[in-house]
Amino acid sequence: MTSVALRSRAWKLLELVTTPLLPSDYLDLVSPLRAGADLRGRIEAVHRETDDAATIVIKPGKGWRGHVAGQYIRIGVDVDGVRMWRAYSVTSPTNRADGRITITVKAIPDGKVSNHLVRKTKPGTVIQLDQATGEFVLPATKPAKVLYLTAGSGITPAMGMLRDARLADVVMVHSAPRKEDVIFRNDLHDLVADEALKLVELHTDTDGMLDVAELEKLVPDWAERETWACGPAGLLDAAEAHWAEHGVAEKLHTERFRPTVVVAGEGGEVTFGKTGKTVEADGATPLLNVGEEAGVLMPSGCRMGICYGCVTPLKSGAVRDLRTGDITEAEDSPTAHVLIQTCVSAAAGPCELER
Amino acid sequence: MTAIDPTAHLTDEQIEELGRELDAIREEVIASRGEKDAAYIRKVISIQRKLELTSRGILLFSLFPPAWIIGTAGLSVAKIMDNMEIGHNILHGQWDWMRDPKIHSTTWEWDHVSPAEQWKHSHNELHHTYTNVIGKDNDLGYGIMRVDEDQKWHPMHLGQPLWNFINACFFEYGIAAYDLELGKNLHKRRRNRPEFRARAAAVGRKIRKQVLKDYVIHPLLSGPSFLTTLAATFTANLVRNIWSHSVIMCGHFPEGVQTFERRSIKGETRGQWYLRQMMGSANISGSKAMHFMTGNLSHQIEHHLFPDLPSNRYAEVAVKVKALFEKYELDYVTGPLPKQVFSAWHKVFRLSLPNRKPKVKTPAKDKELVAA
Repeated sequence: MTSVALRSRAWKLLELVTTPLLPSDYLDLVSPLRAGADLRGRIEAVHRETDDAATIVIKPGKGWRGHVAGQYIRIGVDVDGVRMWRAYSVTSPTNRADGRITITVKAIPDGKVSNHLVRKTKPGTVIQLDQATGEFVLPATKPAKVLYLTAGSGITPAMGMLRDARLADVVMVHSAPRKEDVIFRNDLHDLVADEALKLVELHTDTDGMLDVAELEKLVPDWAERETWACGPAGLLDAAEAHWAEHGVAEKLHTERFRPTVVVAGEGGEVTFGKTGKTVEADGATPLLNVGEEAGVLMPSGCRMGICYGCVTPLKSGAVRDLRTGDITEAEDSPTAHVLIQTCVSAAAGPCELER
Repeated sequence: MTAIDPTAHLTDEQIEELGRELDAIREEVIASRGEKDAAYIRKVISIQRKLELTSRGILLFSLFPPAWIIGTAGLSVAKIMDNMEIGHNILHGQWDWMRDPKIHSTTWEWDHVSPAEQWKHSHNELHHTYTNVIGKDNDLGYGIMRVDEDQKWHPMHLGQPLWNFINACFFEYGIAAYDLELGKNLHKRRRNRPEFRARAAAVGRKIRKQVLKDYVIHPLLSGPSFLTTLAATFTANLVRNIWSHSVIMCGHFPEGVQTFERRSIKGETRGQWYLRQMMGSANISGSKAMHFMTGNLSHQIEHHLFPDLPSNRYAEVAVKVKALFEKYELDYVTGPLPKQVFSAWHKVFRLSLPNRKPKVKTPAKDKELVAA
């Protein structure tokens, strides 16, 4: 018998002992980062970058498969006891000696997770992780000339790339409201001093917003450069138009942080993912009724919000709790869906349920 | 549905006002739910798991009497914690707000022969929705006993003190049979329905796993302590069964708890539903440890009003709920465990016989005579 087969038999025996739980339920109590566990990480330090941004140092679990510079990770953090998932760019180099990874978070107004991470997280906290993902990366064969066009926290994936590999000719055009708002300002100027980077630092409060059409004045050879752009939608829309206009769209790579803003409306189009049905629903009819009327097999129970017999994963969009008016939005993660009580929830804009 | 309706003095508006006040209590807890509550349930789960592992470890040497006593006591407590404060409450969805897939009503499984999925249906959907409605809520005597005057007497009920005792000892099997609705489904016409067969098979699998763990593998691992460990796990299951049976009997069977007619819940408003839960449940008074070991079902009234609020909040909710009982002049049924258990058992004995014939003179007439 091979050792793998032997181990799997021993594991089966253990499962018989721990039923109805799994052996991992016990092991998680003492070793949440071990090999074979769900991927988690432990926060080891929180370094303040600016007034509203901080870098979080994470020791990933044994199952961490590494990342490519520029990629992002999804993390699940418990905020006020509620597990919330968000995506952040990895800002540490891929070859960091101690195996730690860092993300850099800017607290956005009313951002539950970002404010929690920047201001409240304590070292020692265990968080949930997903493997790194994303196409906003440096290619394997490094381009000769590079431009990073970034604004605000859009600098984070670019910093991951800057730190990862020293390239011959790198220009960064970075915008932030004021000098003190520039994340990684010291690191950037160190790189400039090392002649690893040419930096154009714009402070929009005094310099005004960057007009992409005027980019040529700042970076005359911009069209020859492989460009990575990350920042607010306005900047990226303008960049895409500008690059396309000059016929060099293939040289521009963009990454958007918040793809669609969910607007809670008075009802909306409800999609039932598994059965593939789509129906219009008003903002007052429980999704349970909507599904049933559409002939979707919906689990149900008390129909008054107490038994949880009807809970269903919300894959995208938003729903309104008919009892409180509270809006619940889908999580930004393909695996961690919010479970909603369909009997007391109505559509608040377009949404998709996994039924 | 007792002769005198203890809520008769309330107007419809008062009942709806009561409903709004209860909604407000619920909202307050929901608004303040947070990190502390999450830490609480995680800590309880962690303690339970460590206690269970340690106790089972000690029982590997159960041939030595002190090890047997400590291990059995620890395992009994661990099993009670698993079923009461942890399992029952998680399966109610009390912790679903944490969005932690590991502590969620849709993923949780407990140390019990009835699979979580089936128990959730019969308990959360039927019992909690139709609480104490005769003919709708099978928890009223579990289909084998008569616990209310308005339930029809049958000669079978003569044996109900014995049925109740057997049910207490093997309570988890009683619940599994109850969740399967065996009484109804064993009829020839229903027995072969695929839906029933699938559910029965699921119960069979769960029983096999539970029995294998407690009565085969754990004793085998104990080597020379095989028999004593077998006795220990059997005892722990027995203790857990009798304890949970006693606590649950205290929830709806003691004297003073009201039952309701089927037609009384037609078109029931939110306020009326609340009122039915208030009148149909009874609490157990006692120390913090007592509340914990009952899985906070000692706050049965509060649990029935707000079945999905985290159990660690029932104690603070109880203070406000009790004040509402006083405000609306309603009877808050509560008492220490021995008293409530005695009261419930007394009812089981009393109602094993048919109702006594009504007296010739009704109390109302008595009064008239006195007045005259």
